[in-house]
Amino acid sequence: MKGCVKAKKPGKPKSNPKVSSKRIAKIAHKSAAKPVSSHAAPVASPKKPKAAPVARAKFNPNGFLTDAISISDFSRQDLERVLDVAAEMEKMPAGKKSQILAGKTVASLFFEPSTRTRLSFETAAQNLGAHIVGFADPQVSSLSKGESFSDTIRMAGINGDILVIRHSVDGAPRRAAEVCAKPVINAGDGSNQHPTQTLLDLYTIKKEFGKIDGIRIALVGDLKYGRTVHSLMYALAKFRKVTVYLISVKGLEMPRHIIEDTKGHLTVLETYSIDKYLKEVDVLYATRIQKERFPDEVEYEKVRNAYVITPELLAKGKEGLKVMHPLPRITEISTEVDDTDAALYFQQAANGIPVREALLSLLKDVKAK
Amino acid sequence: MTKEIRITPIRNGTAIDHLRPGSVQKILEVLDLSDATITAGMNVESRKMGKKDILFIEGRELTEKELDKIALIGKGATVNTIRESEIVKKGELPYPKSAEGIIKCINPRCITNVEKLPSKFGIKENPLEAKCFYCETRMSEEEIVSSVKK
Repeated sequence: MKGCVKAKKPGKPKSNPKVSSKRIAKIAHKSAAKPVSSHAAPVASPKKPKAAPVARAKFNPNGFLTDAISISDFSRQDLERVLDVAAEMEKMPAGKKSQILAGKTVASLFFEPSTRTRLSFETAAQNLGAHIVGFADPQVSSLSKGESFSDTIRMAGINGDILVIRHSVDGAPRRAAEVCAKPVINAGDGSNQHPTQTLLDLYTIKKEFGKIDGIRIALVGDLKYGRTVHSLMYALAKFRKVTVYLISVKGLEMPRHIIEDTKGHLTVLETYSIDKYLKEVDVLYATRIQKERFPDEVEYEKVRNAYVITPELLAKGKEGLKVMHPLPRITEISTEVDDTDAALYFQQAANGIPVREALLSLLKDVKAK
Repeated sequence: MTKEIRITPIRNGTAIDHLRPGSVQKILEVLDLSDATITAGMNVESRKMGKKDILFIEGRELTEKELDKIALIGKGATVNTIRESEIVKKGELPYPKSAEGIIKCINPRCITNVEKLPSKFGIKENPLEAKCFYCETRMSEEEIVSSVKK
């Protein structure tokens, strides 16, 4: 009886009300699957499992998403719609724009500090004529009294028509969208997603080059931990004939699963040299190498200045080469670049306002989820 | 011939066959079978698999959630539902399309771990991968097996 345990004597069958006939039906019959009992028996006919229902955009009358949580939720059409509406927002007279969210309230819930993103969202909401309620410091919310995140969101959903949420915990905005009937916009959740950053990156490229299809973009710096470049890879994969050059130091390369996921949708070239493909690229998208990712300062010091974008470096690139950065920058881009035509990063940050106006506008008519 | 001597067929309940070797221990760990009569076989010779594990549960049919757990742990398992010594349902247990409340997310910063919420995962095959609905963390087969909850 090696490897075999015989337990107690058999008892009477016990009915189990939790047994799901649905799940049993999912068990596909395979003629190769032989019964372990020697008794011949009739076999239940196989049934195909039902496809999961598609809940997408069901309650947004304009056909757009009901929430903006992850860039992976956006189709190419959704992305283009945001970019088109953002372009409209830039041209729209202030008086007309301020009617879009007139009488509506945007709940700006920043569970962790963020200056740029919060100001950009609140400016966008104000431009559209919304009232803004919320907090920039969770210590002033009921969380400090021990209230759960989910309950705080339920309460915010009573007061706000659209919720903008920044949180240090991964997945918090997705949870918020689940418990709140009002539309939720993710303004950054931990190391997971920051969809409006990706949208404004795409908008900046489209505005500068007139299109995203066919763009040649180099992602430079910390490609391992930077959520910005991860999301940008996925978003660019929805466009045609995009070439991405991945430039990083050893140990900070783009995760393999992202390269695998985008295979067939992007042309990807990896290198450790920033000069190698410089003549080919339209955009150098630099990211900060984050000190907190290194176990000791010596290791960080070795790589922190591995790629510094200077006017001399840019002179080796093709004409019209642009530099983007999600900011804040530390030493990745020398300040001498700021006054050159290549510097697109401050404009990029400013583009956050029309992009966020577009999102707020597209989500304003979500009825109930 | 020795197979019949070692393992007695059950009259009513569930027989799980073709479990990959080593998986029966984990299955016993995560299923609450304290009220059931069970017979477990480890490293049983198999023509199809070389070695396999098997599990007979007398007097008990399994819930959907229990079947999902077994599917994730015991890749390619065959489940037979037996009533009055007759097999009334049988077949290879497919991976669930999604898994709710049965896998713990490996990301300690995931909202499900911070707020103690039931987890939700989308499941992909070839290779097996689970993606957290909330934090989007992706778990490999090995991580999934070790994270199936009781």
